[in-house]
Amino acid sequence: MMKRSTLDLWVGAFVMMGLGALLFLSLKVANLSSFNSGETYPVYANFDNIGGLKVRAAVKSAGVVVGRVTSIEFDNQTFEAKIRIDVESRYQFPKDTAAKILTSGLLGDQYIGLAAGGDTANLKPGDTLKITQSAVVLESLISQFLYSKAAEGPAEKK
Amino acid sequence: MSSWVARAISDVGARVVNFVWRLGFAARFFWLMLRHSGTALRRFPLTIREIYFAGVLSLIIILVSGLFVGMVLGLQGYDTLARYGSAEALGVLVALSLVRELGPVVAALLFASRAGSAITAEIGLMKATEQLDAMEMMAVDPIARVVAPRFWGGVISMPLLAALFSAMGVFGGYLVGVVLIGVDEGSFWSQMQSAVDFREDVWNGVIKSFVFGIVVTWIAVFEGYDAPPTAEGVSGATTRTVVTSSLAVLGFDFVLTALMFRGV
Repeated sequence: MMKRSTLDLWVGAFVMMGLGALLFLSLKVANLSSFNSGETYPVYANFDNIGGLKVRAAVKSAGVVVGRVTSIEFDNQTFEAKIRIDVESRYQFPKDTAAKILTSGLLGDQYIGLAAGGDTANLKPGDTLKITQSAVVLESLISQFLYSKAAEGPAEKK
Repeated sequence: MSSWVARAISDVGARVVNFVWRLGFAARFFWLMLRHSGTALRRFPLTIREIYFAGVLSLIIILVSGLFVGMVLGLQGYDTLARYGSAEALGVLVALSLVRELGPVVAALLFASRAGSAITAEIGLMKATEQLDAMEMMAVDPIARVVAPRFWGGVISMPLLAALFSAMGVFGGYLVGVVLIGVDEGSFWSQMQSAVDFREDVWNGVIKSFVFGIVVTWIAVFEGYDAPPTAEGVSGATTRTVVTSSLAVLGFDFVLTALMFRGV
C-alpha cells in the first residue's frame, strides 16, 4: 500500500491553483458565464451591405446585448449578405422587428441594433427579419454629400 | 589557402550532418518516449514527483514574474492609452496581451530556464554516473522509469503555470491600473469581459502553453539523455537546453499565432 506524502499535497495544491487560475481567466476575464447561459434561437436578416460587421458581433436592443451574430454568408442568388443572429430565448421580439447595422462610437465596433415593431405575433426560430438597414459606408456618404454640394453649387450663384 | 577553404566547408558540412543526425535521433527519442508513456501514467506517483519538481518549485518565479509583468503592462498601457483618451481600455490591453502572448511565452521561457535546465542536468548526471546503464542492467527501461515521467510532469505543469502567470498578470494590471492610478473599476472589468473571448483567446493560450510544454520538456530530456557523460558535457547540454528551447518557444509562438489569430 502506498503512503500519502506531503509531496502529493503540494502537487494537489498546485493543480488546484492552476485550475483556479484557468477558471478565473474563463469566468472573470473572458466572461464565459454570460455567453452560453440559456438557450438561443436563430433569426436571419439580409443586408445589402454589412460594412465591417464580424462574426460574434453584439446584437443589441435599446443598448442591451440580447444576442450574437453567429454566421455571415454571401447569398449568390440575391447578392446580399445573409446574417444569422442567435437571440437569447428569454428575449422575444415582434415579427416586424427592424435590424440596423450601427457603430459604437465614431471608430468603434459595428453591431446590430434591433428595434421592436408593433406586431402582436412574435418572431419564431428561423424567421427572417424583413426590415433591415445597411451599414453606413463612409465613402458613399462623402460622395453623396459632394454630389449634392456640386449640384446645388452653381444654382445658388445665379 | 585551398586547404583552409576546404576545411571550412567540410566543417560546415559536418555541423549540418550532425544537426540532422541529432534531429532524427530526437524524433526517434520522442516516439520512444510516447511509447513508454504507459508506464509513467500507470505508475502515476512517479509523474506526481516530477510535477512537484517542475511545477510546484517553479511557482514562486512564475507568480512573482506574472505579477510584475502585469504591473508593468498596467503602467505602460495606461501611459499610452491615456494619450488617446481611452484609459478604460486598459483591462482589455492587459488581459489580451497576457492571455494570448505573454502568459504562455514568458511562462515557457521561465520554465525552460528554471525546470528545463534542472531536468537536463539531472538526467545528464545520471548518465555520467552510469545510473542509466545500471538500470538497464537490472532490466529497468530508463526511458520508461526516468525520462517519460519527467516529460509528462513538464507537459502537465506548463499550461497550469501559464494560466497562473496570466491570472497573476491580470491581477497586477488591476492593482496598478485601478488601485494605484484610479482607472474606473467597472469599465476595467466590463471592457475586458466584452473583448476577451473564451475560445478565441483563453483557449488558444492554453493550447499554446501545452505545445510549449511539450517542446521545452522534450528538448530538456533529450539534451540530458544525449549529453556526453562528462562534467563538461552535462554543462554544455544544460546551456543548450535553455538556448534551444527558448528559440523553439519563440519560433513555435510565431507559427501558432499565425495559425490561430489570422484575420481576426
